[in-house]
Amino acid sequence: MSEVIVLKAGPGLTVQDLGRPGRAHLGLSRGGAADPVALYEAAALLSQSTPQAAMEMAGMGGTFEVTAPTRIALTGAPMRASVGTQALRWNATHLLSPGEHLTIGAAERGNYGYLSFAGGIETPEVLSSRATHVTAGLGAALKEGTRLSLGADPDPGAASVGLPLDTRFSGGDIRYIAGPQTALFAPEVLAEFEATRFTRSATANRQGVRLEAEARFPSQAPSGLASDFILEGDLQMTGDGLPYVLLCECQTIGGYPRIGTVIAADLPVVAQAGQGAELRFRQISLDEADRIARAHDARLKALRTAVQPLIRDPSLIHDLLSYQLISGVTAGDELEG
Amino acid sequence: MTVDQMNQLSTSQDGGPEILPLGRDGWLVRFALTPEPWAMAAVQRLHALGRASVLPGVTRVAPSLTSVLFSYDPDGTDRSVLRAQIARLLEGEDWHHATPEPATRVWQVPVSFGGDHGPDLAEVAGMTGLSPEQVIREITQTPLRVLAIGFAPGQPYLGLLPEAFDLPRMTSLNPQVPQGAIALAVRQIVLFANASPTGWRQVARTAFRVFRPDSDTPLPLSASDEMRLVPVSGAEMDGLLASGDPSGGAKLELRS
Repeated sequence: MSEVIVLKAGPGLTVQDLGRPGRAHLGLSRGGAADPVALYEAAALLSQSTPQAAMEMAGMGGTFEVTAPTRIALTGAPMRASVGTQALRWNATHLLSPGEHLTIGAAERGNYGYLSFAGGIETPEVLSSRATHVTAGLGAALKEGTRLSLGADPDPGAASVGLPLDTRFSGGDIRYIAGPQTALFAPEVLAEFEATRFTRSATANRQGVRLEAEARFPSQAPSGLASDFILEGDLQMTGDGLPYVLLCECQTIGGYPRIGTVIAADLPVVAQAGQGAELRFRQISLDEADRIARAHDARLKALRTAVQPLIRDPSLIHDLLSYQLISGVTAGDELEG
Repeated sequence: MTVDQMNQLSTSQDGGPEILPLGRDGWLVRFALTPEPWAMAAVQRLHALGRASVLPGVTRVAPSLTSVLFSYDPDGTDRSVLRAQIARLLEGEDWHHATPEPATRVWQVPVSFGGDHGPDLAEVAGMTGLSPEQVIREITQTPLRVLAIGFAPGQPYLGLLPEAFDLPRMTSLNPQVPQGAIALAVRQIVLFANASPTGWRQVARTAFRVFRPDSDTPLPLSASDEMRLVPVSGAEMDGLLASGDPSGGAKLELRS
């Protein structure tokens, strides 16, 4: 059986897929990849019909080896990656062969990088997903020495391909829609909220990201506000008047008032904003949000049309020998790009 | 009229339930901002009504304490059409005097009150003006309903207890209650899914686990289930806890 072995692990290394949607009414938030777009990019790069379970690397990667040749994809926050002395391009596929050590370092921008395998990680499913959900007690961070089963790569000799690097790793303008409690904030507070340049606090994890600003954004919620449904993307105002943006592993019922909900197309920008990155918020109408959501879904489906062969100098291909060992012929077409 | 214009109308204060957007795929019907007992009864009534009526595109109807969430498939569901259908569902009911439907699923759950299993029982007795024995009797004779599930996987908010139990949360946090803690405040009981800090007072404990990821029924409770707490001795509870059986000796009765 094909396996990946974790030789060294960063502190936030977990198995993630698209999570467990549709169980919030039972107290279980979606979880899954903090940046689902990165899993769709990996699926496009590896010609997978749907995103497979991958390793999510929070801030820092690790060192890995495999027991059978497999293509890998590196997506999400760009990290320094190499095999031996050969640096690997990010947002691209590479062949990894037994005996080689894949080393992934710190994120250069953004927070969450993803290491995907052509056959996917095949750990047992719990509640129809392989995703680690720490706050629910499902799974745990991966430690040094862990071995995980991989599905076989159906085509290890396939040409290496890449996608243009996205711009979602440095903060920016974030769109949100009104929610059930938006009216609990005075119009001037909402105006101030939209005029404020927030920075991402160091206080952040898969449950949520705290934002910093000089201004405060109090609500007019009655005392004893009933706890109600909350969801990922919600802009939750804590007692000190500064917002948290809830992420995929948030709780499902909460008692803090919320200004609105960040749309799914922009939530990866919040999750990936590095410490100190600037974020600004702008409310859009529900009709506009619906249009953007449809376009976002279509964009994820069409990612594979943006995949391009890597143009590489044969002398820089670290694993040329292993290509020959696997297929018996050189994969000449990929050398031409 | 656009959905956004309708939404502004719905937040105008006419005293009736509000229909509010929640995310890309939800309409939330909210009866009150604070946990009024009438609103919780209205939630139970609308939850039953919403599940019985098959609204096109609706994938789930789920209650929280004062609101009911209608989740729908955003592909192929018109947000504004669904909103109008929910508004029609709300017509013709006196929501301030709603009567919840009888439960179709009734749990009997063994619990042990006081001692190590309920360290705050005496304090609750003092605050309610009842004896510890009366507190136990009041709680165990109340047909509790699962008002909402959330915060942690499978974790139920149960209620409502008699008015004597309208107790505030603790001013300083209870640093840790164990998995299975039965803790109360504001006429409600929470059965803790996991060890947790809380502002609620722990009067009892159960071996019934509300989240069993490795079982065929990982999330055994459903909203609107009835739960009866059945007192057992501390020694019996120790045995149930030690057995590791996630059912904790609980029994489920189905009523049609």
